[in-house]
Amino acid sequence: MNLTLKVWRQKNSQTPGKFVTYKAEEISPDMSFLEMLDVVNEKLVKTQEDPIQFDHDCREGICGMCSLMINGEPHGPKRATTTCQLHMRSFKDGETIVIEPWRAAAFPVVKDLAVDRSAFDRIQQAGGYVSVGTGGVPDANEILIPKTIADEAFNSATCIGCGACVAACKNASAMLFVSAKVSQYAMLPQGQTERYERAKAMVNQMDDEGFGSCTNTYACEAQCPKEIKVTNIARMNREYFNAEFIKG
Amino acid sequence: MKLDAKIPEGPLAEKWSKHKFNLKLVNPANKRKYDIIVVGTGLAGASAAASLAELGYNVKAFCFQDSPRRAHSIAAQGGINAAKNYRNDGDSVFRLFYDTIKGGDYRAREANVYRLAEVSVNIIDQCVAQGVPFAREYGGLLDNRSFGGAQVSRTFYARGQTGQQLLLGAYSALNRQINEGKVKMYTRSEMLDLVVVDGKAQGIVTRNLVNGKIETHAAHAVLLCTGGYGNVFYLSTNAMGSNVTAAWRAHKRGAFFGNPCYTQIHPTCIPVTGDHQSKLTLMSESLRNDGRVWVPKTVDLSQKLRNGEIKAKDIKEEDRDYFLERKYPSFGNLVPRDVASRNAKQVCDEGRGVGKSGLAVFLDFSDSINRLGKDTVAAKYGNLFDMYYQITDENPYEQPMRIYPAVHYTMGGLWVDYNLMTSVPGLYALGEANFSDHGANRLGASALMQGLADGYFVIPYTVGDYLATIGPAPINTNHPAFEQTKKEVEENIKTLLSLRGNKTVDEYHRDLGKIMWEYCGMSRSEEGLKKAKKLISDLREDFWKNAIVLGEGEEVNQSLEKAGRVADFIELGELMVDDALNRNESCGGHFREEYQTPEGEALRNDDDYAYVAAWEYKGKNQPEELHKEELVFENVKLTQRSYK
Ligand SMILES: Cc1cc2nc3c(=O)[nH]c(=O)nc-3n(C[C@H](O)[C@H](O)[C@H](O)COP(=O)(O)OP(=O)(O)OC[C@H]3O[C@@H](n4cnc5c(N)ncnc54)[C@H](O)[C@@H]3O)c2cc1C
Ligand code: SF4
Ligand code: FES
Repeated sequence: MNLTLKVWRQKNSQTPGKFVTYKAEEISPDMSFLEMLDVVNEKLVKTQEDPIQFDHDCREGICGMCSLMINGEPHGPKRATTTCQLHMRSFKDGETIVIEPWRAAAFPVVKDLAVDRSAFDRIQQAGGYVSVGTGGVPDANEILIPKTIADEAFNSATCIGCGACVAACKNASAMLFVSAKVSQYAMLPQGQTERYERAKAMVNQMDDEGFGSCTNTYACEAQCPKEIKVTNIARMNREYFNAEFIKG
Repeated sequence: MKLDAKIPEGPLAEKWSKHKFNLKLVNPANKRKYDIIVVGTGLAGASAAASLAELGYNVKAFCFQDSPRRAHSIAAQGGINAAKNYRNDGDSVFRLFYDTIKGGDYRAREANVYRLAEVSVNIIDQCVAQGVPFAREYGGLLDNRSFGGAQVSRTFYARGQTGQQLLLGAYSALNRQINEGKVKMYTRSEMLDLVVVDGKAQGIVTRNLVNGKIETHAAHAVLLCTGGYGNVFYLSTNAMGSNVTAAWRAHKRGAFFGNPCYTQIHPTCIPVTGDHQSKLTLMSESLRNDGRVWVPKTVDLSQKLRNGEIKAKDIKEEDRDYFLERKYPSFGNLVPRDVASRNAKQVCDEGRGVGKSGLAVFLDFSDSINRLGKDTVAAKYGNLFDMYYQITDENPYEQPMRIYPAVHYTMGGLWVDYNLMTSVPGLYALGEANFSDHGANRLGASALMQGLADGYFVIPYTVGDYLATIGPAPINTNHPAFEQTKKEVEENIKTLLSLRGNKTVDEYHRDLGKIMWEYCGMSRSEEGLKKAKKLISDLREDFWKNAIVLGEGEEVNQSLEKAGRVADFIELGELMVDDALNRNESCGGHFREEYQTPEGEALRNDDDYAYVAAWEYKGKNQPEELHKEELVFENVKLTQRSYK
């Protein structure tokens, strides 16, 4: 396959960026999207040109490091699929592909297609944990968790922290990401003691980071590679409301 | 220098308890006077950083990804072992110990492995308390599955993403300490050197991967939790960024490298499709619980398959060779990884492989689907099947998967004593970065266990003993060794950036990978290894003349990052070959063609090689010096491993 790429190039967060056009030639449909970019980059390097910077690591759809807006969609056209698991067979020969970074005020560009998602870490640091130290905990089977609850909490726990939900949202809201974590703990017995403080602390941090508000368009759910459900958002709102109510 | 493993005296089952009692303690009020650097935030690093901060130490933690949550541990799929005996199927601490020693082909330290088995039970408790959502049964209790090399069900799992769930647990504990100000986290930071002052590790030199600044950091102790070096083969199941740089640079500063040639080749990976391939994808070993491995009985049938004349389902039952079940009736498809991999290679070498390249065997679920129903199989392995489908465009519910062995894990690593301290005082290595517990072959679901054992339950005790000995006097970066080491790092970067040849760093990496896979992979021979040595040394010379490294130091520069890592891999490759040449026996993942039983199994030589090979760096272009740590077996009898 031969493709035309329009790629966002930006030296760093202080410098304005622009689209640059590249040719991707002799691409095999079995390549992953990132392998296609590898080919383009290797060619750039050969001609002593600065390769395109993008984040990636596991290339197995689990580390959440890869990103990329592909033709206006976070992680590209295939549902429930991260960019690293997207294959070129999802594209047509001769196609033009537009590749941009996640765009959100809370995710400043590091370089080209890589952005700074440390806001997500700070939200987790604000309360995304159960306060237990190492040692002195009960035997694992003393905490019984009904399978249905365990499964539901698990669904929320599968979030990989990629940020596609923010990129998909016209308000750049982080509600889907934050609610997934809040929900996991709110459903499990281990998370009960700090349940309301946690919701409050995480939501407040989210607001401080400059993420937008949620207006229920559900673009996040549609684009989430792990199919995290918007029902998590409803649950988080409830948790937050209760926190306000209980704490006053 | 004489290697002292510091294995405590006394009966096996009492060593760790006694040792813990004998270790010096740092009193609670003094702990905040000590700084500890933790490089890496995978299972080993995150658990260590969190646990040490909880004790009161000041921790600085580093990782090269944009978040600690993205360490390569996240990719682990199958599960984590623990001797809980929740199944009532005969498991015990001793059995887990025994399976691990035997699985490692009697090349691991008894005392370490026993401790690992002992603390394994605490790990599961810890993770559950953190909210890690392990798989459960309808009654609400934890579920288990079985893994290769064991006849009991002791593996805990979280769908096909045990690594992510365990890491998120450790990450949450780490976050709590960051929030409390006890851990300072440095992301997108790469350790490029170790600072040694008066023979003790007292700091590191890092490069900030965003602005390129070279920084120095001082501490009373340095913990390397930087993962394995499987990417020396270019193609492996490791994440793209996994590298040996931190461990290698520490090696050059005096830390001995243990058993570098012990590499694990995992039997169930998606086969290579072409030259563009950047990494290989593992299909979890848990699949071997319900999938049956086979190839056609004849070369002729295999040929027809490869030409597309027939399909797998056209091959009659009597024309299929379920070679693992045939050769190893008692373990069947669940033989350890090295045995399964070698057998897959063997049938492919005989010309009975499948897939276009002939370098693959079938992993067939049709029997399980018939027996359990598609839904049950989907509930167990759904995400793995989906991933396979996505990558290969073939539906594993309808046709058998094609799998082939791929590099997966490195048992070798920095040599450490029982306290996890390297040969440089104050420098520790945890998790996959050390050589300690798996001998010549690791059993499935044991790496996660080891990483968390090291971080949660071993280092919090052992590091205190060292800290109490050196005392809490502040350590800062004023000592000239910091400036000197920093200067050397900067010079190395300058040299790399001056390379404007005609071959990309990726090309060198691919070349190195091909040499390693061909001559130092699944099977090795003296002749091949000698050839490899020459090839790698030529490649190294060529690299420092003809590589292209673009850009500048003071900016985001992936070209430079890669170049540094590949340069280290090339040097490591040479040491791996030396180690493989030195070991004139076959054991576990190290298979020397000259040493095999008449049935083609690995033939150990316990009289001459029951030792850990610990290599000491002697300077540029100097051969490394071999130190031997004799392995003493008091509790198990060394036998020819048999899984028949
Ligand atoms: C695909 C796959 C599946 C697996 N499945 C299983 C399984 O089911 N069960 C099991 O037990 N094991 C499994 N393993 C093995 C296991 O996942 C790893 O051995 C283990 O997670 C390693 O953990 P770690 O903490 O030692 O290192 P890692 O998780 O690799 O972490 C390394 C850390 O070091 C940092 N780092 C590295 N170099 C530097 C540097 N120079 N400067 C700064 N930071 C640095 C990284 O940023 C990272 O934070 C699997 C491995 C793979 C590849
Ligand atoms: S909710 Fe989905 S899209 Fe958002 S960070 Fe998590 S996995 Fe990514
Ligand atoms: S690179 Fe890890 S999820 Fe895509």
